[in-house]
Amino acid sequence: MLNGVILGGIIIVDINIKIGGEAGQGIQTIGSVLSRTFVRDGFYVYGNQFYLSRVRGGHNYFHIRVSDHPIYALDEKIDVLVALDNQTIPEHIEEVKEGFVLADESIVGDNVSENTVSVPFTEISKDVSDKKLFSNTVAVGAVFGLLCYDLSTLKKFLSETFKRKGDEVVEKNIKAAQAGYDYVINGKFEGICNYNLNPQPTKRRILINGNDSVGVGALAAGVQFLSAYPMTPSTGVMTRVAAHADDFNAVVEQAEDEIAAINMAIGASFAGVRAMTTTSGGGFCLMTEGLGLSGITETPVVIFLGQRPGPATGLPTMTEQGDLNFVLHAAQGEFPRCVLAPRTAKDAFNQTRRAFDIADKYQIPVLILSDQHLADGLFTYERFATSDLKINRHLLEDRFVGSDYQRYTITESGISPRAIPGQNGALVVADSDEHNEAGRIDQTTGNRIRMNEKRLRKVDGLTDEMQMPVIHGIDGADISLIGWGSTYGSLAEAVDILNRDEVSINLIHFSDIYPFSHDTVSLLDGLNTTICVENNATGQFARLLRAELGFEVSKKMLRYDGLPFTPQSVIRELKGMGVI
Amino acid sequence: MVTMDDYKDGETEWCPGCGNFNILEAVKRSLVDLGKKPHEVLMVSGIGQSGKLPHYLKCNTFNSLHGRTLPPATGAKVANPVLTVIAVGGDGDSYGEGGNHFIHAIRRNPDITLIAHDNQIYGLTKGQASPTSELGMKTKVQTHGVLHTPFNPLAVAISLDCPFVARGFAGDVDHLSSLLSQAISHKGFSLVDVLQPCVTFNKLNTYKWYHDRVYKMEDDGHDPANRMAAFEKALEWGDRIPTGVFYKRDSEPFESKLDVLKSGPLIAKQYDSAKLDRVFENFS
Repeated sequence: MLNGVILGGIIIVDINIKIGGEAGQGIQTIGSVLSRTFVRDGFYVYGNQFYLSRVRGGHNYFHIRVSDHPIYALDEKIDVLVALDNQTIPEHIEEVKEGFVLADESIVGDNVSENTVSVPFTEISKDVSDKKLFSNTVAVGAVFGLLCYDLSTLKKFLSETFKRKGDEVVEKNIKAAQAGYDYVINGKFEGICNYNLNPQPTKRRILINGNDSVGVGALAAGVQFLSAYPMTPSTGVMTRVAAHADDFNAVVEQAEDEIAAINMAIGASFAGVRAMTTTSGGGFCLMTEGLGLSGITETPVVIFLGQRPGPATGLPTMTEQGDLNFVLHAAQGEFPRCVLAPRTAKDAFNQTRRAFDIADKYQIPVLILSDQHLADGLFTYERFATSDLKINRHLLEDRFVGSDYQRYTITESGISPRAIPGQNGALVVADSDEHNEAGRIDQTTGNRIRMNEKRLRKVDGLTDEMQMPVIHGIDGADISLIGWGSTYGSLAEAVDILNRDEVSINLIHFSDIYPFSHDTVSLLDGLNTTICVENNATGQFARLLRAELGFEVSKKMLRYDGLPFTPQSVIRELKGMGVI
Repeated sequence: MVTMDDYKDGETEWCPGCGNFNILEAVKRSLVDLGKKPHEVLMVSGIGQSGKLPHYLKCNTFNSLHGRTLPPATGAKVANPVLTVIAVGGDGDSYGEGGNHFIHAIRRNPDITLIAHDNQIYGLTKGQASPTSELGMKTKVQTHGVLHTPFNPLAVAISLDCPFVARGFAGDVDHLSSLLSQAISHKGFSLVDVLQPCVTFNKLNTYKWYHDRVYKMEDDGHDPANRMAAFEKALEWGDRIPTGVFYKRDSEPFESKLDVLKSGPLIAKQYDSAKLDRVFENFS
């Protein structure tokens, strides 16, 4: 159903590993090495992280889930908890029911239980290298030891990763991993592994998070100018595009503020290249003025917004779907816009490409609405297909551009043929004031009506392009969950679990948020009990359905503690509501 | 051969006697003198009476938002450095609302000329103080007179090592157009602050007031290569007000430092999707 991947298979392998520690201790490195090793061995990994707004210290964690089937959500149980700080065990021990805690002796302290495996990470690291430096690699080896999992892929991965640091570093990393592995598998913990994890030879897959997918999608769409002010959790998009900018003839500029960021992108777009900006809700507040400039000058621009809980600084590193109302209504006046909310990393890639195409075709601002949950969520896929890549800039060909060119020619579709300044000797005149067809300021009432109607007519064509929601689970179910954006994975898995238990439930999930496709209302009207599930406190999407389609959902399930839904939390809530 | 007529366009909406007429004349003259064709020029403006200037000129125009003249001008210059990009703003536009962009555009140093119409008053909103209004100037809002130290755009620009810093006077079109020609030809960010009487709202800084005070620094033998001397001149304001080029130095513009632009403008680059394969290597 979704991007060619079928959810809902019976999951046999399902291992959850959580690495907890302070910022700066390397939990991301451990998480990344583990998950990439599993992906190379043919497993599907879904990962995500929880972090605080600080560079060092605090309690953070990285959660990875390993499966033999495509997965898009985390599970609430932990099989292996790796504790790098004193807070990890008390904070997460409740989640470790039948699993194991893996920690340095100094951290275990009084928390010893039969499930605790204490490994002297630091001491082992010193044994192999005289340094503490490799203790995280020891931990990775110990995790694999606990899972009785073959080390050959890990060793290859370590060789590749540390190759540029020299043979000695490679060798010590491999020794450290092996020593951690041996300590667990041969010593007093011998025989505790009860997991059956065998590498599954497969085509090489990728492990990619939402932000990186947006960045790669932008490159695939031919973005050539990205200006942004760094802001969590959107910065990864900017970083990804910057990493490949030279290869793709693109310029990434860190602007002095978000106002400059969007205005620079608009200037670059006006001059003829595909341009975007990235931000989060607070930065988007500053961009709203520029959003209107894109609207009235009909200059295409793509705006990526990674939501986090607000208002103001809010919870800078956590997740929420709280900015939907804002993006729908931001900026003064009335003008067409498009809002897309990707559901998975792969969807983020495809929607970003579409965003550029829609922006160019309709000469409007297009918003990609993501959030921290999707931004940091790691997904496993076959490589995205790129053979179908064609870029249509929807620009006038030279032979149609003459000295009589008028930027705002009135047309039936509302789309005025677009030329680039200087193209074929033509002049392009654009104005943020209400203007006539030639682009000159014109404050007469008749002109205002004509121009306003011209711009708004674009909504008709745009609506035709919008995609219907995805339906996941059984048809004609008694209960339909309605969701949008990053909640897809958790909601789809909740539906799978409940369908297996013979609960009549499905999921209607939206990625095209505004405007809605024409047929949406008839789809919704055919549903029985509907429960709108959103990561916010006021049910903004339910309100949009009511406002746009006159559709009233039966119930709402809202989560606004800064954390994403899990399949288990959804099922608990449904039980609590008494609907299942 | 480019002539003044090539740039002629539109009915003006400025007050009779407004300094903007002379600035418009000077802009046209310098573009003609430099032999720039209208389609090679992009004028980006903000909002205010100054922001209307591009509407009375035949060339590519992007009339943006109040205070936001420089960011879209920068984006456009990067996308297509072949364009001669000129930004036009008022003193509120350039130094108030757009103050942060002013500072950072100088730091970034795109090859853009900023013409700041500096009339020391907000005209379009009918006469409030601007960032450059004199201390003590009374208005309907500043009823006790202006309390804030006037912003000194030239001193700020020189302190930021802006590669070309000049001041013109709207009452001297010949001199102003020569300054504009030098600014447009100079590589890197160029500031031309233009003393411009507002005949309707500014009763203090009138044509006569300026005529009694302005002098050309070149007549005094000022050396624009001397940054300290330039800074000293930038602080001179009172009975004598200097005009001319305060400071200039060679610079490498922002867009010239971008490797991807070395082989031609962004708009002319071919897209190569095959390179995506290499990007995916990062994720396997």
